[in-house]
Order: sequence, then C-alpha cells, then structure tokens
Amino acid sequence: MASLPAPISVAPSEPPRAGAIVLPVAIVAAAIVPFAIGSDYLFGAVLVPILILSLAGLGLNVLTGYAGQLSLGSAAFMAIGAFATYNIHLRVPGFSLLPAIVAGGFVAAAFGVLFGLPSLRVKGFYLIASTLAAQFFVPWLLSQYGWFTNGSASGVITAPPLTLAGFDLDNPAGRYAYTLGIVAVLTVLVRNLIDSPTGRAWMAVRDMDLAAAALGIPLGRAKLLAFAVSSFLLGIAGSLWAFTYLGTVEPAGFDLDRSFQILFVIILGGLGSIRGNFLGAAFVVLLPVALSVIGGAIVGSTLDPALLENAQKIVFGALIIFFLVAEPDGLTKLLGHALRTRSSWIGLTKPRQLEQP
Amino acid sequence: MQFFLEVLVAGALSGVMYALVAIGFVLIYRASGVFNFAQGSMILFAALTFVNLVERGVPFWLAFGATLLLLIAAAFAIERFVLRPLSNRSVITLFLATLGLSYIFEGLSQIAWGTQVHALDLGISDDPVSVAGLSLSSFDIAATAIAGSLVVILALVTGKTNLGLSLRAVAADPLAALSIGLRLERVTVIAWSLAGFVALVAGLIWGARSGVQFSLSLIVLKALPVLIIGGFTSIGGVIVAGVLVGAGENLAAIYLGPTIGNGVEGWFAYGLALVFLMARPTGLFGQRTWARI
Repeated sequence: MASLPAPISVAPSEPPRAGAIVLPVAIVAAAIVPFAIGSDYLFGAVLVPILILSLAGLGLNVLTGYAGQLSLGSAAFMAIGAFATYNIHLRVPGFSLLPAIVAGGFVAAAFGVLFGLPSLRVKGFYLIASTLAAQFFVPWLLSQYGWFTNGSASGVITAPPLTLAGFDLDNPAGRYAYTLGIVAVLTVLVRNLIDSPTGRAWMAVRDMDLAAAALGIPLGRAKLLAFAVSSFLLGIAGSLWAFTYLGTVEPAGFDLDRSFQILFVIILGGLGSIRGNFLGAAFVVLLPVALSVIGGAIVGSTLDPALLENAQKIVFGALIIFFLVAEPDGLTKLLGHALRTRSSWIGLTKPRQLEQP
Repeated sequence: MQFFLEVLVAGALSGVMYALVAIGFVLIYRASGVFNFAQGSMILFAALTFVNLVERGVPFWLAFGATLLLLIAAAFAIERFVLRPLSNRSVITLFLATLGLSYIFEGLSQIAWGTQVHALDLGISDDPVSVAGLSLSSFDIAATAIAGSLVVILALVTGKTNLGLSLRAVAADPLAALSIGLRLERVTVIAWSLAGFVALVAGLIWGARSGVQFSLSLIVLKALPVLIIGGFTSIGGVIVAGVLVGAGENLAAIYLGPTIGNGVEGWFAYGLALVFLMARPTGLFGQRTWARI
C-alpha cells in the first residue's frame, strides 16, 4: 500500500463543559427513576446487564477507542476478574466482596499488561493474535484446574450473597444499586483520566504513533497503561457479571462471543466516547428483546429460538456494516445531533459548527 | 520414533488443510488489503449450500457450479455494498466490517439450510495406508494432494496471467492501478470470487472430514495463527506455516497434553504465533512494509 492507512475513525471527545453537566444528571437520574417505576424484571434482566456491558465497553473503549489497540479478548479479562474476585473472597481472610472485586480488577490489569506486551513490538491487527491468545488460553486454564472453581465438578461457581455494610442487597433492586454505584464511580474516574495528560497521550498514540513518539510520549508505557486500565475495568465488569447479574459463573460464559458482543457495544455506541458505551450496551441488550417481540407479533406465536438467534445475527451483522459505512461515530453522534438541534430550539446552546473531517 | 513420526506427519497433513483456509485470506488481502474474518463463515455457507443441493438430488458438478455462482454473486454484493463505501478507511474498520459480514453469512446459511449436521461423502476413502513405513490416513493424503494442486493453480494464476498481474498491481498501488485503466471494482470482485472458490473447496474437504456443521465457521480461528506465522501476503508462506502449526499442534496434544492438561490444541497455535510475532513481526515470508511520514 502506497498510501498511509487512515487512522482508526473515532468520535471527537465530547466538549468537557457539556459532559460536566450531563454525567452527574445521568447518574442522579439512573439512581432515582428506575426505583420509581422499577419492576424486578427491569432491574434484573435489563438494567443490570446494560450497566455491566457499559462498563465492559468502557474498558474496551479505553484500549481500542482511545489508545487505538484492537482487542478481541475482552471476555478473557472479564473471566480473570470474576475468578480472581471469587478466589480472593473465598481464600483471603478479611476480604469482603467489594474489596475483593477491586482486587480482582487489579489481577485482571496485571494479565492485561502481560498480554499487552506484544503491542510493544507489533501493531495493527497482528495484535489480535495476542488478545485472541488470551481469549483461548484463559478459559482453558480456568476450566483445567479445579483450584480456580474451588473443586466444583461442573466448573460452575455460585456467587456469595450480596451485602454491603450490613445491608442485604440480595434482591434485584439492591443488585442494581450496587452495580450502579460501582459503574458510576468508575465512569467518572475514567472520564477524568481521559481528560488528563494520560488520555491525551493515548489519543496521540492512536492517531499517529510516530508523531506521538516525536512529541516525547513514551509509546510503550502509554500502551501498557491502556492495557492495564482497560483490563482493570473489564475485570470489574466480569466480577459484576458473575456476582450481581448471573449469580453464578463458569469459564464458558466468557467466550469469544462475549468479546464480540463488547466490541459491538463500542462500534454501535461510538469509538472514543464515554456516553457511547451506555447507548451501545442498551442497544445490544434491548435489540434481541425487541426482535423477539416484533417477530412474535408478526408470526402470531413465539418464534423458534434457533430462527430468532440467526435473525439476530443477521441484524447485528447488517447494523455493524451500516454503522461503519454511514455513521462511524456511532449512536453517540446521532444522539449528539438530536440533542443539539433540540437545545438550540429552546435557546439553551448555540448550534455548534460541525467538525471538519 | 515411529510413533513420533506418525504424529508429526499426520499433524502436518491436517496443517495443509489449515493452509487451504488461510489461502482464501491471502487472496483477498493481496488484492484489497482487507483481512477477511468472514472467510470461515463463507466456508460454512458454501459447504451447507452444496450439501443441501446434493441431498436434494442435484448432481455433484451442478451443485458445485450453483454454489460457486452464489459465492460470486455474494462477491459482487460485498464489493458494491460493503467495500466500495468503505474505500480509503482504516484496515481495522474494514476488518470490523468483515466481522459483520461473517455474522450475516452465518445467520443466512443457518436460516436457509437449518442447523443439523450433514454428512458429506466425496467418495474419498479414509483407510490407513502405509507410506514409507508410516501408517497414515488415505483421506489426509488425498486432501493434501487437492490442496497442493489448488496452491499450484493459484500460484500460476496470480503469478503468470494478466489477471494475476492486475491483482498484484491493485495491491501494490491502487491509485497507480486506477490511472493505467485497471478497474478496481472488477479486480476486487475477482479476488473475492477466487476466495469464494477456495472456500468451497475447503468447505467440501473439511465437511467430508468432520461433517458439515456450524463449527466449520470456526476454522477461521485456526487459520489466523497460520496467517500470522506465514505472513499475510505469501501463498507459499501459509503452506509452510500451516504444516508447522498442524504438526506442532498434534505433537503438543500428544506429548504436552498429559502433563499440563487436555485441550492444549485450543490455544497452542496462538502461542506459537506469538513467539513468531516477537521474532519476525512480518511472518516467515511476509513483505516488509514501510511507512512514510
């Protein structure tokens, strides 16, 4: 190829001022509104998985959307987080669940750095070999040795009951509150990190690594730090997936399809965007529900699950291509357009000029 | 020693079948710079279509031709609706688009043809035969012969004909190729059609060996380390790499498996690929790439 490859396309980061208002409002709304209208189904089967997938999307977005390193092994780091949390909680005296979840995140971060080491030598999609190696190696390791699952014959472990400071949170609303608290704190932290020199360095590495190196940014350190932060977030997402969503966990639950699902969250939501993770996760969780309702309404009875699954695949595949072609910045850009038009009508903000391509 | 050699050669022969899958990647990568993740689901689509036509009483060659026509039609559609709108976008964007393609292929082929496992009989027997004192499978030998002749044909087509010249011209410099009058769209369609043909052959051989079923689409994950070791641009390289991976995997499963646990072959190839990546980032025979600032 004679021409330089175009840098991976990402949304420009949201202006800090708008985000500074939107994020607290969103968190407060998420903390109040569902409790007013919530049902167990809404909490347990919709909101909790959306929040956890958003967090996982945030983790992958740090690595892929901001630092420009493609990964197909997200689920492996989720698995490490979940199993590390389980074993720390089980075996280390004095660790209650919350510190164990944080510790699990750090274990995942350490493995993230390990599997990120090849990024010092290779780039582009050669790197997917390393993340795919993690994807195949980690579940194998976890199911191979009984120690990780505490000798459970089926390889499935059961989560301990959820409590925090003496409160029993072992019900759908409690699980939602617990998840929301952790996800909100981490989202704010990552937002600030992205706006710090560290985040700027990641974006410089993503946009052109040679130029970033010429600016004096240590490429290797920036990449490995991105792997660490990304895997930390994915590890915590994995723990939450096991302990607040499913209540059980097995290595097979963190397979390649889960990694693809998280990749879809960030492609559909928007690469290089915080808000996009939440939009993408909501889309990925709600689309199958919507499809089965629509399909059921058309046919007049419940659809054959195999047919539904394949129809979902086609719709997801087509949407991925559609978004890459028509709106590479994802749902967050679409929402941004809609909000901007709306607020300019009521005189809140002046319409912004479109960014030059 | 006898046993060791048999394990080695059997692994190497199945490695040729990995290479057969990887060649489809190389064809598309050389002509359009796309890493086509959908190659595996194209194999599934081709094998399922073929086996269902044959089960409905369509003669072998007619079914072969009809499936090939469908794959060529798919190549036209992919060029028009996926690749053309995405031209000049980053390699990662194109890769993600082929991930979407693979979901469409998988969904479509299973909705059209169902999810049952089909047996496929190509009339090649699978008996142990003795070659130079080693006991090998006749099916493996036949599959290797087919893959080998396909490689020779493809090497001749891409190396000696005008068509091959235009494929390489487009790969080397799309703008220069355009300005001397090559039609990028047509070259892209031809490359994807050739890859479709390779997918069909690979699908038949793999399908005859392990049944035509969903897992065919996962072969793509076996071919990836082969590509990384062999280099993305060299047909000869992926053959060598395929043999290496196949032999290494088989040896690891037999000799390492009992010590560190079963299922080593699930990730062994990736471990090997990582070692090669660290030592030779462009693969055994890959072209060194230069970036200008």
